[in-house]
Amino acid sequence: MSQTSHTPTAGDENPRPSGAMRGPQRRLRLAAYPSLLAMPALLLLIAAMGYPLLTVTLRSFSDPAWGLQNYVWFFSTPVNVTVLWRTFSIAAWVTIVCVIAAYPYAYLMTAVGPRLRLVLILCVLVPFWVSGVVRTLAWVILLQDSGIINSVIRLLGFDGVKLIRTQTGVVIGMAQVLLPFMILPLYSVMRGIDLRLVQAARSLGARPARAFLQIYLPLSLPGVFAGAIIVFILSLGFYITPALLGGPRSTMLSTLVQSQVLSLLNWGRGGAMGVVLLVATFVLLALAAPLMRQRHKQASRS
Amino acid sequence: MTARERGAAIDIKGATKRYGNFTALDDVSLHIEPGEFMTLLGPSGSGKTTTLNVVAGFTDLTSGDLAVGGKSIVALPAHKRNIGVVFQHYALFPHLTVGKNVAYPLTLRGMDKQARDRLVVRALDMVKMADFAHRYPSELSGGQQQRVALARAIVFDPPLLLMDEPLGALDKKLREWLQLEIKRIHRELGTTFVYVTHDQEEALVLSDRIAVFNQGRIEQVGTGRQLYDEPTTLFVAKFIGESTSLRGTAQTSGNETSLTIAGQKIVAKGKLASGGKPVVLLRPEKLSLAGANTPPAAGQNSLTGEVSEAIYLGSGSKYQVTLRDGSVAIVRASLEATPFSIGDTVDLRWSVVDAKLLADDDRADMTMT
Repeated sequence: MSQTSHTPTAGDENPRPSGAMRGPQRRLRLAAYPSLLAMPALLLLIAAMGYPLLTVTLRSFSDPAWGLQNYVWFFSTPVNVTVLWRTFSIAAWVTIVCVIAAYPYAYLMTAVGPRLRLVLILCVLVPFWVSGVVRTLAWVILLQDSGIINSVIRLLGFDGVKLIRTQTGVVIGMAQVLLPFMILPLYSVMRGIDLRLVQAARSLGARPARAFLQIYLPLSLPGVFAGAIIVFILSLGFYITPALLGGPRSTMLSTLVQSQVLSLLNWGRGGAMGVVLLVATFVLLALAAPLMRQRHKQASRS
Repeated sequence: MTARERGAAIDIKGATKRYGNFTALDDVSLHIEPGEFMTLLGPSGSGKTTTLNVVAGFTDLTSGDLAVGGKSIVALPAHKRNIGVVFQHYALFPHLTVGKNVAYPLTLRGMDKQARDRLVVRALDMVKMADFAHRYPSELSGGQQQRVALARAIVFDPPLLLMDEPLGALDKKLREWLQLEIKRIHRELGTTFVYVTHDQEEALVLSDRIAVFNQGRIEQVGTGRQLYDEPTTLFVAKFIGESTSLRGTAQTSGNETSLTIAGQKIVAKGKLASGGKPVVLLRPEKLSLAGANTPPAAGQNSLTGEVSEAIYLGSGSKYQVTLRDGSVAIVRASLEATPFSIGDTVDLRWSVVDAKLLADDDRADMTMT
């Protein structure tokens, strides 16, 4: 390894002095225009994200005719508004479930030894490597009326619970799929928290629970916010899981978009839905931003 | 209330801490007077920080007892011990301002805002950081952060303050200045201070008494002067100050031990009670150099060697003399003494009474850095 990386440098500089001259110059040029380094990613984003987004937005105003008729239709159809609201509500529930499940898990990852930590990281990542469809189908088996969860509940003497084709089922399935996106940012923030701060708080007279709530928790909040934003935004656009686990009463906006575009070939209306979702997300993030910026500044002070 | 009354006495009795097969603390006993400045000195892994953590309540003892102010606190959790702790890396809460950091222990004690503010200002005044109350810790330098940490540890008026290498992360100049500040604060508060360091100079500057730790045990407890002049083990002698140790073929006759080093014979008062191999220990300022042809005075020992290094220090000179058996002696000479240069053959002289006879100990060598 070290040999192969060494040889080209030696070859560059020794036999051809002119080549050695050009090397530093080129490096200098790259350093002067750091934006050049971002070009590949930027081009990909423009081609795969910017252009389609622009088309969708244009079509929402121009298909079938120029005007606002698609937006008027969206907001005058009660089903659409209900589904939009439900989409945000499901995303919020998924985020809450993820925070509650991920926080202790991420904390445990910082507290255990290296070997156990590896096991915990694998437990997070292995489901990640399994296709989302497969995982969702697994949840169908688990959640259905005669599934394992209901069997256990009935075995314990309770009445069965309706999970499949309900909003609860959708939230459970989505939270499981999105959990790694909450655990990993949380873990990276928690790993940076100096545990001696908690020790210091204890020496100053804080009970362990109080030291946690007043010192550790505030310092871990940037991780919670980072994870929450990722999970929330990914939840808004979820398609497969709600389609497979949900019923008509748990339809999310992505399913409506799909039926407008692919079933009804109504590109304008589908585009309008997408734009409404996008704008609503931006508004929500803008509202949450001041809170998060403050937290972030405090965290960067550590 | 006099200063001494505010500090608490500490009694550590037979403190032992084991981690599996490793013994971090091996039957350590130490009494600290109320208001005393006690330094725990030793190399890393010698048990000094473990002792501090045990007193603070961060580490449980395997066996032994610990009392502060006459009351055993072994069973008390850290947050009920009412002991101030200053950490090496400051451990200020990054999400709170300096003022709120210092107010934190008072808030925990349910103090009302007015009284709290008054005490915070007083504590910050004491460390000369009153103008920084609204800053965040990250906006302060290392030395400033450590002063805030000190204010936070004393603001609730604990009878005992523990400091774990608080100046370890700071540069030399700042360290020396803060040492004097800590000394002043100790005098003003009258609190008992227990200070952990591996820096013998720092220990000498600060302490009333020093406990020298090695391999989980206390080697010797005493004032700096006692440890320097009357070390009881070679480890202590080498850890505190500079020294020259001479080894040779030993012979004991009466109350005198003689060593033969490369054919020359020297004598030292006393003999080793424990038996074992004797070492003659000499401090640099007790040694002098003479030209090879001047005869030694009565009661003086003399060893021939060659000057291998000569350093002018302004207030005097420092020489390294390589003896015939290859060992090296360090000599501090006054300005009036005859100067020598590298390569000169000289006689190393000292009074018999100035030599210290100690038992040889190969553990002592690991401490030299």
